[in-house]
Amino acid sequence: MSDVTVRAEIPAEPGSPKPDPILRVEQVRRTFGGLVAVDVDHLEIQRGVITGLIGPNGAGKTTFFNLMTGFDRANQGTWSFDGVDLTGVSPHRAAQRGMVRTFQLTKALSKLTVLENMKLGATDQVGETLWRAPLRWLWRDQEQEIVERADELLARFQLDHMRDEYAGTLSGGQRKLLEMARALMVNPTLVMLDEPMAGVNPALTQSLLDHVRSLPGMGMTVVFVEHDMDVVSNISDWVVCMAEGAIIAEGPPQSVTSNPAVIDAYLGEQHDDPSFQEPPDGGQGDQAPPDGGHGDRVAPADNDGASDA
Amino acid sequence: MDVGVILGNGLREAFGPTAAYFALLAIGLNVHYGYTGLANFGQVGFSLVGSYGVGIVVAELGWSLWAGVVVGLLAGIVLALLLGFPTLRLRGDYFAIVTIAAAEILRLVVRSDYFVTLTEANTPQGGPFGYGDLAFEFRELNPFTSSLDIGSGIGLPTWNYPSSQLWSLTVTWSLVILVSLGVWLLMRSPWGRVIKAIREDEDAVRSLGKNAFSYKMQSLVIGGVIGSLGGVMLAIQNSSVTDLSFQPINTFFAYAVLLLGGTATRWGPAVGAMIFWFLFTGTTSLLAQLDDGFLPSFLTNTNGRGAVTLSAVGLVIMLLMIFRPQGLMGRKQELLLHE
Repeated sequence: MSDVTVRAEIPAEPGSPKPDPILRVEQVRRTFGGLVAVDVDHLEIQRGVITGLIGPNGAGKTTFFNLMTGFDRANQGTWSFDGVDLTGVSPHRAAQRGMVRTFQLTKALSKLTVLENMKLGATDQVGETLWRAPLRWLWRDQEQEIVERADELLARFQLDHMRDEYAGTLSGGQRKLLEMARALMVNPTLVMLDEPMAGVNPALTQSLLDHVRSLPGMGMTVVFVEHDMDVVSNISDWVVCMAEGAIIAEGPPQSVTSNPAVIDAYLGEQHDDPSFQEPPDGGQGDQAPPDGGHGDRVAPADNDGASDA
Repeated sequence: MDVGVILGNGLREAFGPTAAYFALLAIGLNVHYGYTGLANFGQVGFSLVGSYGVGIVVAELGWSLWAGVVVGLLAGIVLALLLGFPTLRLRGDYFAIVTIAAAEILRLVVRSDYFVTLTEANTPQGGPFGYGDLAFEFRELNPFTSSLDIGSGIGLPTWNYPSSQLWSLTVTWSLVILVSLGVWLLMRSPWGRVIKAIREDEDAVRSLGKNAFSYKMQSLVIGGVIGSLGGVMLAIQNSSVTDLSFQPINTFFAYAVLLLGGTATRWGPAVGAMIFWFLFTGTTSLLAQLDDGFLPSFLTNTNGRGAVTLSAVGLVIMLLMIFRPQGLMGRKQELLLHE
C-alpha cells in the first residue's frame, strides 16, 4: 500500500482505525507511583508504512516501546501483533514473533566483533542449543549462510570494512547502523527504532534515513521515535504524537505538525486548563505561559521543529 | 638462603594437585564471570557440595566412591538450579551477595554438630570432624609404583611427588585439560556467542529473541558443575573432606587465579593456577629461609609467614592489574573498549 492511499483513507484523529493494522493497542496504561507514563486508549499501526512517534520529553514514547516489546510490564491493557495477543509477553518472545526494537542508548556489544554482533541476530540457530554447540558439524553450514546474510547487510550499511573489528571501536553513528543492521538479521516484520538519529553526525544521518526508508520495500513495518521534526516529516508516512502518556494527535506529517494540540504539547501552552493557576515559573519567556513547573515538558530542542511546521 | 629450595617448593606446588584443583574452580568461574558476566562469589559452595557428595556417600552411606562422584556432580547441578531461579533475575552485585552468602550457609551447615556420627571404628565423623578414608578405590587404580623426582641430576631446582600424589595430580590436571577444551568448544559456538553477548548487554540479547535467563542458567549450571568436579577431586586427592577447605577465601583465590591467567581466555585458569601457587608457595618458602634474623621474626615466623605471603601475593596481583590488566593470557585490546 502506498503512503498516499494510507493518508487518503484514514481519518487524522487519535486512535483512528487502519485498513491493515500490524499492531493494535487497547487501553494500555503504565504508572510509576503517581506518574502516569503511558495511557493509550486505542492505537493502530498500519502495516508496511513508516510511522513516526513524536512527543515532548517525558511523553512516554520510550516507555510505550518498552511495554510493546516486553521490556516493561503494563498495569493494564492489551495489545496484539499480527493478530496474536502479545500482552505481557517476554522480550525474547516478542522478538521471535517478529517485533524487534533498537534502543535509544545504542547497545552494540563492544567485545564482540561487528560480524559476531550481526550473527547474534540470526534466529533459529542450531548451534545455540547447548548440546549441539560443541558439535561443530551440526551448525557449520547454517553458520555459513548466516555469515553470507550478515555480509550482505554489512555491505548495505557500509560497515563491511569494519567486519572483523570489535564493535567497541565503532563511532556512535556506526553503532546505530550496526544496531539497525543487527535488528534486520532477526528478519522482523515490525522494526521499532528508538531515536535512530540521536547522536549521529549529520553526514551519516542521510544514509541512516535512506536505510529506514528502504525497510518497507523489504516487507517491514517501521515505528520510530524521533525529536527532529525535519526527519519526521522527511521519512514518515504517518505521525503519532504523544503527550503525558496519551495519544493526542495522529495523521500525515504536515497535518500533525500544524495541529494546535501538538504545538501546545511541545510549547507547554496551558491556557484552557483550569488546573494550572500557579504563577509563571520564570525563564519560560513569553512563549510559554503558566506551566505549573512542568518544565520538563518544554523541550527547547523541539521548539524549532514544531515552529517550522 | 637456598634459591634452589625456594624454586623447587614453588614448582612442586605449581604443578601439584592443589593448583589443579584451583584451576578447575577458576575454569568454572571463567564460565560464570569471564564469559557470562555472572559475578559468582560462592564458587567454593559448588566445590563444597562436590566434596561432601563424595564424603557423605562413601563415609555415611558406605557406597562406592564412584557413586559419590556422581552424587557430587549432581549436587552441583542442583545447587546451580536452586541458586539460579531466585537470583538470576537480579543485577550483578546482588547476585554476588547471594552467592557468597549461600556458600557460607552451606559451610556452616555441614560443620554443624548435628551431623556428627560414629564410624564403625567408633571415631566421630561428620560436622567439624569431616570425613576420611574416601579414596581407597581411586588409589587402587594408581599405575605409578614409585615417586617422581624432577630436576635431580640436571642441577637446581629439584622437587618430587610421592606416587599417590602423582596419580591424583595426573588425573586432576587431565581433567583440567579436558574441561578447558570442552569450555573452548562451547565458547566458539553460536551458544558461546549468546553467552558472551549476555556479558556485554543482556537487554540487547533479549531484543534479538534470545532467552537470556535460560542461557544464564545453563552457564551457571556448567560453571557450577566444573566447580563441583573440583570439589570431588579435592576429596579424592586428600581422601578426606573438611569444612576448613571451604572458607570464602578460597573463592577469592580462584578469582586471583582467573585474573592472573586472564578472564575469558582458553588456558588462563590453568596458567593462572600454576603461577598463583608458584608465587604463593615460593613466597612462603622464601620467608622461611629468611627466618634467621635477616628480617624481623614477626614477619617470618610460622604465624607471620601466612599473612606476609597473602600480602605479597596481593601486591603481585595489584601490580599485574596495573601493568597487565588483561591477565597473562588475555588480549589488551578487549580492555580498551568501553561500552
